[in-house]
Amino acid sequence: MTNMTPMAATRYRRGELHEFQAADHDFIYLVAAGAIFALDAGASAVLRRLGEGEMSHTELVAALVDHGYASADAEELIGELRYVRGIVSDTVTPVPAAAPAGPPADFPLQALVLNITNQCNLACTYCYEFGADKIATPQGKPKYMTLETATASVDFLLAQSAGRQAVHITFFGGETLMNFKLLRQVVGYAREQVAMQGRAIGFSLTTNATLLSDEIIDFLAENEIGVTVSMDGPPDLQDKRRVDKKGRGTYAVIEPRLRKLIARHRTRAITARVTLTDGVTDVVRIYRHLKDDLGFDEVGFAPVTSNGEQAYAIDDSGMDGVLAQFHALADEWLEYALRGERHGFSNVSETIGELIQGVNKSHPCGAGLGLLGVSPSGDLSPCHRFTDADTHSLGHVSSGVDSEKRNDFLARGHVSAKYECQTCWARPLCAGGCHHEAFVRYGDTGHANLHYCDWIRQWTDTCLRIYGAVSALNPQFLERFAERKALS
Amino acid sequence: MKHLRPINQKAERIDQAASMTQEDVVALQQQPDPKPKPHIPMGCTLSFSPGWEVDAGGGTAGLCQPVERDIYDCYVTCFWPVQVADHVNYSPDWASNCAIATKDWRKLDLVFP
Repeated sequence: MTNMTPMAATRYRRGELHEFQAADHDFIYLVAAGAIFALDAGASAVLRRLGEGEMSHTELVAALVDHGYASADAEELIGELRYVRGIVSDTVTPVPAAAPAGPPADFPLQALVLNITNQCNLACTYCYEFGADKIATPQGKPKYMTLETATASVDFLLAQSAGRQAVHITFFGGETLMNFKLLRQVVGYAREQVAMQGRAIGFSLTTNATLLSDEIIDFLAENEIGVTVSMDGPPDLQDKRRVDKKGRGTYAVIEPRLRKLIARHRTRAITARVTLTDGVTDVVRIYRHLKDDLGFDEVGFAPVTSNGEQAYAIDDSGMDGVLAQFHALADEWLEYALRGERHGFSNVSETIGELIQGVNKSHPCGAGLGLLGVSPSGDLSPCHRFTDADTHSLGHVSSGVDSEKRNDFLARGHVSAKYECQTCWARPLCAGGCHHEAFVRYGDTGHANLHYCDWIRQWTDTCLRIYGAVSALNPQFLERFAERKALS
Repeated sequence: MKHLRPINQKAERIDQAASMTQEDVVALQQQPDPKPKPHIPMGCTLSFSPGWEVDAGGGTAGLCQPVERDIYDCYVTCFWPVQVADHVNYSPDWASNCAIATKDWRKLDLVFP
């Protein structure tokens, strides 16, 4: 190591890290970097000793020599731990505040979420767009996106994504398929434009599945359009809150359509996105139904967004139950991975994908950075969840991004601006959580989602232990997983 | 690294950075090369001034430049605080009487701390 030779009196303490065990191995997750290292016995011993209190260089070397280390080897071990900042000392080098840098001002767009309509044929009681906590103000605005606005959006995406070989468009609503005609036109137009530039484009959509017809399914399959279905599980759970405008459940309507979709559309993964609410917390049963009975490739879960006072919100004991079931599915995910098989619980898969890279996020997601939402009228927003919300508008597809507003949004959302996050080891992955959730809960997109902190830390620890176990017992699985992620 | 095994991509990069720092410092190479190359030290030895040397008879009288010229060279171009007057902190004016080293070298005086 090129670090200055440490003075004998240098006092060490543990750096900012999260220790975990898996498959009889010790690991550290280094918070300033997002790096994960497996430790040998000596490194574990050093961290254990420093957990009891600071030690000087001389004391540490002496302790290691007592453990049977040659003194040169002890020095090397200490040097390695210092290099990765697993141990730190204020007397040798001041420890800099480790914050990921903000993105450059000209950060290129990668994806647009086109809200091609703000109309919906359902009336799900917890909907963030129409429900009690809505922030959208669609009064007097177009209900359906026009072709003119849509093509302007495509042009905007291609112009603002300079340097990227591939871009992505996600169609969203309202109920996306209520404007399928436009969706089809946009796919055609975007493919033409992209071909002229020698670039590539991918598409996906989110739907409630009520309007899936044979024609639509064939179109989606032929055009390799990824499909995410919003649904909550088997009939009793789906019909609880995912209801039509007369309050009738929707399971019976969507089931035959889903079976056709999943049978015919094999060119892209078909994913289910489940919203957990009070009384809809039976995670394992929901997963079994969606994955095994209906045949979805992946199933992801998220608790409903609310201001904390809605009847459909999950209370703390409900969340504990959810987490317990998440852990059951996570154990299953690990068993699959050790056998070299892919499991469909996307809450684990997503986190594992981020752990492979070692992400260290400046912002919780790409909203306002590589991704923007477009409302039916062409207004830009950080993402689809802010569609039609005037106070969150970031410009218009015809006039471009309002950089002052975007800078304000990004400055608020930066992890360094969230005081509570500074002492949390899970911040490289979480970065404070969803901007929209924060706004609904705290009235500020830049507020850390404190109501989830314990939950996020537990979940991140669980995923780290899965990661550690797979890396020790079936490392090839992680390599293949990383390759597949890079392709998707 | 011997005691820490990287298991994600970020850790791999830290490990690579660490292994680069363990090699010799070599000049004029931007990328680490797996093949060993000649060790080229950086600094004033690249400028081919006569070094701290003696003439054919073992003295300093026959050198092509006076020994003081070497000292002056180190003072101006490098910072060798022990051997040479300290240009940066304590003796900024040491060479102020020595406009042309080959002519004025006699004006370089000793430094008394």
